[in-house]
Order: sequence, then structure tokens, then C-alpha cells
Amino acid sequence: MVNLPDEVGDPTKGMTSIVKTIVRFVLGIVIMFGAYIVLYGHLTPGGGFAGGVILACGYITLTLAFGRELALRKMGDTAASILDNSGALAFLVIGFLGFTGGYFFLNFIDHGQTFRLFSAGIIPLCNIAIAFKVTSSLFAIFMALSIFGRFMSRLVEEEE
Amino acid sequence: MQGYYPLFTAIPLAATFIGLLLSKIGKRMADVVAFLATAILAVMSVLMLFESPFMYKVGGWLPPWGIMLAFDGLSAVLLVVINVISFLAIIFSLKYMTTYTAKPKYYGLFLLMIAGMNGVVITGDLFNLYVFLEIASIASYALVGFGCEREELEASFKYLILGGIASTAVLFGIAFLYSITGSLNMPDVAQQLELVGITRAVAFVIALFIMGFGLKASAVPFHAWLPDAHPSAPAPISAMLSGVLIKALGVYAIMRMMFHVIGRNELVASIMMFLGALSMVVAGLLAIGQDDFKRMLAYSSISQMGYVLIGLGLALNPNVATTVAALALIGAIFHLVNHAVFKSLLFLCSGSVEYRTGTRDLGKLGGLIRKMPVTGATCSIGSLAIAGIPPFNGFWSKLIIIIALIQGGYMIYGTIAVVVGFLTLVYFIKLQREALFGPLPEKLEGVREAPFAMTLPLVILAALCVALGIAYPLVDRQLLYAAQEAILDKVAFMNLLMGG
Amino acid sequence: MILYFLALVLFVMGLYCLVAKKNIIKKIIGITITEYSINLFLILLGYRSGGVAPILLKGMPRSEIALHSVDPLPQALVLTSIVIGLGVLALMVAICLRLYEKYKTFDMSEINELRG
Repeated sequence: MVNLPDEVGDPTKGMTSIVKTIVRFVLGIVIMFGAYIVLYGHLTPGGGFAGGVILACGYITLTLAFGRELALRKMGDTAASILDNSGALAFLVIGFLGFTGGYFFLNFIDHGQTFRLFSAGIIPLCNIAIAFKVTSSLFAIFMALSIFGRFMSRLVEEEE
Repeated sequence: MQGYYPLFTAIPLAATFIGLLLSKIGKRMADVVAFLATAILAVMSVLMLFESPFMYKVGGWLPPWGIMLAFDGLSAVLLVVINVISFLAIIFSLKYMTTYTAKPKYYGLFLLMIAGMNGVVITGDLFNLYVFLEIASIASYALVGFGCEREELEASFKYLILGGIASTAVLFGIAFLYSITGSLNMPDVAQQLELVGITRAVAFVIALFIMGFGLKASAVPFHAWLPDAHPSAPAPISAMLSGVLIKALGVYAIMRMMFHVIGRNELVASIMMFLGALSMVVAGLLAIGQDDFKRMLAYSSISQMGYVLIGLGLALNPNVATTVAALALIGAIFHLVNHAVFKSLLFLCSGSVEYRTGTRDLGKLGGLIRKMPVTGATCSIGSLAIAGIPPFNGFWSKLIIIIALIQGGYMIYGTIAVVVGFLTLVYFIKLQREALFGPLPEKLEGVREAPFAMTLPLVILAALCVALGIAYPLVDRQLLYAAQEAILDKVAFMNLLMGG
Repeated sequence: MILYFLALVLFVMGLYCLVAKKNIIKKIIGITITEYSINLFLILLGYRSGGVAPILLKGMPRSEIALHSVDPLPQALVLTSIVIGLGVLALMVAICLRLYEKYKTFDMSEINELRG
């Protein structure tokens, strides 16, 4: 059960309490699953993009169930933008670090033992960087579209 | 410089994200980052001119499996064009973009577009080409609609739909090539295709590529998006789109694919020549009727790209003598470089006219050369150069293409090229008369010269127009021969796989 | 072979949707369908019925992998092309919303101020 602040129980915002309760149960699992997909991306199917999409979906369910204000308090648009850019930058920096071995994006860390969590050199690091980027940018896209959509429907109502 | 080859995409990408991050701290930071990044890129691209062909293994992976970056004379020319023009466009934007909001996002998209174009030029891998093509295209879709006004959004959406079809066609072609050869590495695919020959599957790939890259290069049956999209963008972006983007994504990709991957072929040659001639004539005739400054320039872009395509088409024909093919290629590449210079000059001029007068309707302009001497003079130089008046650069490149066409025995196409040259002169004289000379409308009495940051790129580009025209023999020997040899020599390109 | 035709049918359906429908949203759906038909085509290229996962373990001969495994390259390509498709889709929807704000319609035949 995810612990959310009290005003979240405000029945005027978001969906019904059935949905809210279920989201409280599910959200932790969704986030955990996303993190698992990201961290085990080099061993099992998945990786930074897939895991990042799952993490972003967690945020999106939060938004749908509890309303936009809460989700924006968890991750505001400035924070999303900073995370977005620094995730991409981290990925590039990993690529630049490959120059220490002579090539761009060289896998310069020891590859380790196959099928262990700490193996495959830079690939898990890349996955984590990509996950940050994808989570925040997908969330930002969703927020931008939904805020703009709300703004527009108000515009149309006013005209009518 | 060899070890730093991937920096051509890495620097603009890094600058995009750093600029967006730093814009949270200071307002002018994004300007500074974009300026520095493009300045470094411009210097690097000039230094690359002195390199000999090589190949770069990304991540140290061996060629047929890993991603390969290839460098030869053709990439060198394109890199210089892209990075120098984008540097000048960024200088122009420093002042011009103050009329728009969200400057950091503008610079971010601009740098992403540069990263995409540089990526297309440096890569030696088919799928990598598609990815960078999409990066550059997506950034340009967003930049066309940057002003968020009615017409800009409509143009952007049209461009998006047609660009989406083009990308799909290119990806389909790449998937087909992969199914035929089992490889994505360009030299490797070329070697495999030598064994396969031109089967029906390869012909289908050629059709898809002509459609896809033809849409990006905006050859005439595929040109519907360009006259809407290019004028709608902010002026520096119009200069980038018309001056560089259609060449890097369209013409360069066609050259790489047709000469190096698929190989010279008579059928493709005749199709390309026909498309080129059609583009020249149709767009040239349409340009005369335009009364919007930028719209006329956009049509003239299509028309001038026709010259490049017809030159390429002639060189693609394996039955043409090697000397003629080489001459045609030199003409085509020289015209490509020249067009990048004078078309971005003209678009930037239209930007500074619009910045001061607030309109680009030719009917409402006039007599501006008295009020804006620098803009007016550079605009005249650009118009004379594009119309092919000696001693400016446009004259030489058109002359070479026409001579090659006549030597190759294509008298009709040669005549068309000459006639379109006159057509170009006609509509640029119209442009001159309506915008720069003639009576000054009363409304424009208070117009002043554009600020220094906007006139500086104009002066540099105009100087380049003159310099490329006068110093033509020098350029000819140094740059163009390397590019022409690189294109015609398919074996050398395939050998990149072994060397390096 | 029949599966490749499925990809082709999807492609043609997408193109039809793109060309024949006037609603912008439907056009966007059409372009997405064409994209996904290419993705399907790419996946089918690498598919091998009864194949194994393309992981080279220690002590396993390379030739065995080459003979029995599924081709991993198209899968990587499809992942990339899906990501690109997502980016294009988001941009298209955003432009679409903006167009609706300005024109108050999703009908492409009413959005025709430019001459083309």
C-alpha cells in the first residue's frame, strides 16, 4: 500500500474511492516492476526504454486516479525537464567515457560473469540513464498534452 | 582528428541537453551554449578537409557487426556545408529570435537538427542513417511549426505527414536490403549486392529509396510540402531547411545509396535526370508567379536542386564516359555547395527584411536598398549569384553542369538547363525590382538597417559567394576532385571495410 | 510467405487511411499503422520457427548459434523504430491539438489556408 498524503482522500478530485484504493495497492508493484525491468535489462528482455515506459505508466495511473495536482507535486514540470535532460546527458557521458579506451561508446568496464546482475559493463548504466530520460519525458508529454487538452476544452466551452 | 569523428553528432547532442539544463539558471545561457557548440563544429569541419578517407568503429566493434562511421571526400564537403551554415544561422538567430518566446527550446531543436544531419553524413550504417534522418526530420517538423500560428501549424502538419511517408519508405527499403543481403553495413551491403546483381527485389528497393529520399529532397512530383514548410519557419530555420537539410537528408543520401551501395545503373540515371529536369522547369515556372518573398525562394530551391539531380543522374549512367561523369559530378557538388551558400544568404536577407518591416509580401515592399544598404547589397549579390551571372559562384557550377550535359549527348536536357537559367534570372529580377529598388512605400519610411548580429552572417555569406566564384579553380582542385573521386570510386568505399 | 502479405496488407490499409480519411486523428492512426506494418515486416525477417534465443554461452560453438538462433538484429531495429514512432506520434498529437485550437476543427479539408 503506497502511503499518500491526507488530502489525497479528497473525494472532489480524481476518480472514485474504489479506483483510488486499487491504485494505492497497485502503484508500488508497478514502480517495482518498472525498476526490475530497468535493472535486469541486460539479462532479460526489457531495458531502459521498456522499464521507463512502465515507470511513466505508474505516474500516469497516479494522475488519472488522484488528479493532476498530486502527480505534479511528485514530479513538477521543471523537475521532469531537468531529469529528462540529465538522463540523456548521462547517457552521452557514458559514451564519452569510452574515449578513455580509444573509442566512442566503448564498453570500458569489466564485463563480469554472464547472467549476474553486476555484469555487462556499461550496459546497465546506459539502461538506468535511458530509464530516467524515458520516464520523465513520457510523463512530461502526457502532462503537456493533458494540460493543453483541458485548456482547450475550456476554450470551447467558453465559446458555446 | 580521426579519433574525434563521432563528436560531430555528440557535440550538438550534448549541447542540446546542456543548453536546456543551463537555461533554468540564466536566460542567455542557451544562446551561449549553442553559439560555442556550433563554432567548435564549424572549426572541426574545416579541419576535417585535410583528412584522408578512413572508417571509425563505434564502441570498438568490428565492421560488419558494429556501427561504422565512414569518412571520404563527399562527407568532408557536406560536413563543411552543414556546420558553417549552421554557425552563421545561429549568429543570425541571436538577434532575430528575440521576437519569439521559448528561445532555449528553439536552440535545443536547432542543435538536434544539426546532430541529425551530421549523423546522416558521417554514418556508414544503413539503420543508423534512418535513425539520424528521423532525428533531423522530427526536429525540423517542430521547428517549422515553432511560431504556433495558423499557417505554420498547417504547414508543419503537412510536412509531418509527407515526411512520415518518406521515412516509412526509407525504412521499408532498408528492411528489404537487409533481407536481401543480411547486413546493414553500407560497404558490406555493396559487396553483397555486387554478387546479387539488380534483381526485382533490388529494383523495388531503388523505387522505395527514390520515393523516400526524393520526398526529403523535394524533387518535383514529391515537392508539395516544401513551398509551405520552408516559408513558415523562422528565417534562420528556412535558411537551414532550404540551404542544408534537403541536401543532407535528400541529395546526399541519394548519392550515397545510388553510387556506393546499389551502384551505377542506367535506369536509375534516366529517372534521376527526368526528375531533375521536371523539378527545374515546373518549380521555376511556379516561382515567377509568387508574391511572397520566402515562397519564391522556396520554389527556387526546388528548381535549383533540379540542377544537382540532373548532374547526378548524368554521372549515374555507366555508359557515359568517365571524364563526362566526373565533370557532371563536380558540377553537381559545386552547385550543391553554392546553393547552400546563396540560398541561406537569401533566406537570411528575407529574415532581416521581415524583422525590420514586418512583412514579406513583395507588393508591400520596395526601395529597401536605400534604407537597408547592407541587407540590400548582400541580397543583390545572392540574387545575381543564383541567377548565374559571372563572376559569381552560381555561374561556374551551372556552366559545368550544362557543358557536361552537352558532352554527354543530352542536348535536350542541356537546352532545358540553359532556359531554366534565364527563368531564374527573370524571377530574381522581379524580386530585386519589387523588394530592393523602385519607389519606397510611405509605411516603410522609418525602416533602419538590421542589427549587427544579423548583418554579419549576411556579409560573410555574400563574401563566400564572390570568393567561391573568383577562387573557383582553387576550390575545384582541392575539394571537388576529392569528392568526385570518392563518389565515382565504389571499390574504394567497399575497401573501407577492410582498412581502418 | 503469407505472413509477409499480412504486413503488406497492413501497410496498404494504413496508406488508404492516410489518403482517404479527412479527419486528422484518422490520418495519424493511418501513419501509425504503416509504421507498425514495417515493424512487423522487420520482425518477420528475423523470425525462425523453433529457433533458440541468440545468446552465445561459453563452450557453445558459434556455428550452432548461427544455424538455430533467431536473428537478433531486426528486434533491436524494431525497438529503435518503435521509439522513433513514439516521438513522431507525440509530436503529431501535439500539433493536432494546436491545430484544433486555431481552426476549431479536425477536418483536413477545412484546414487549407496554404496553397500547397
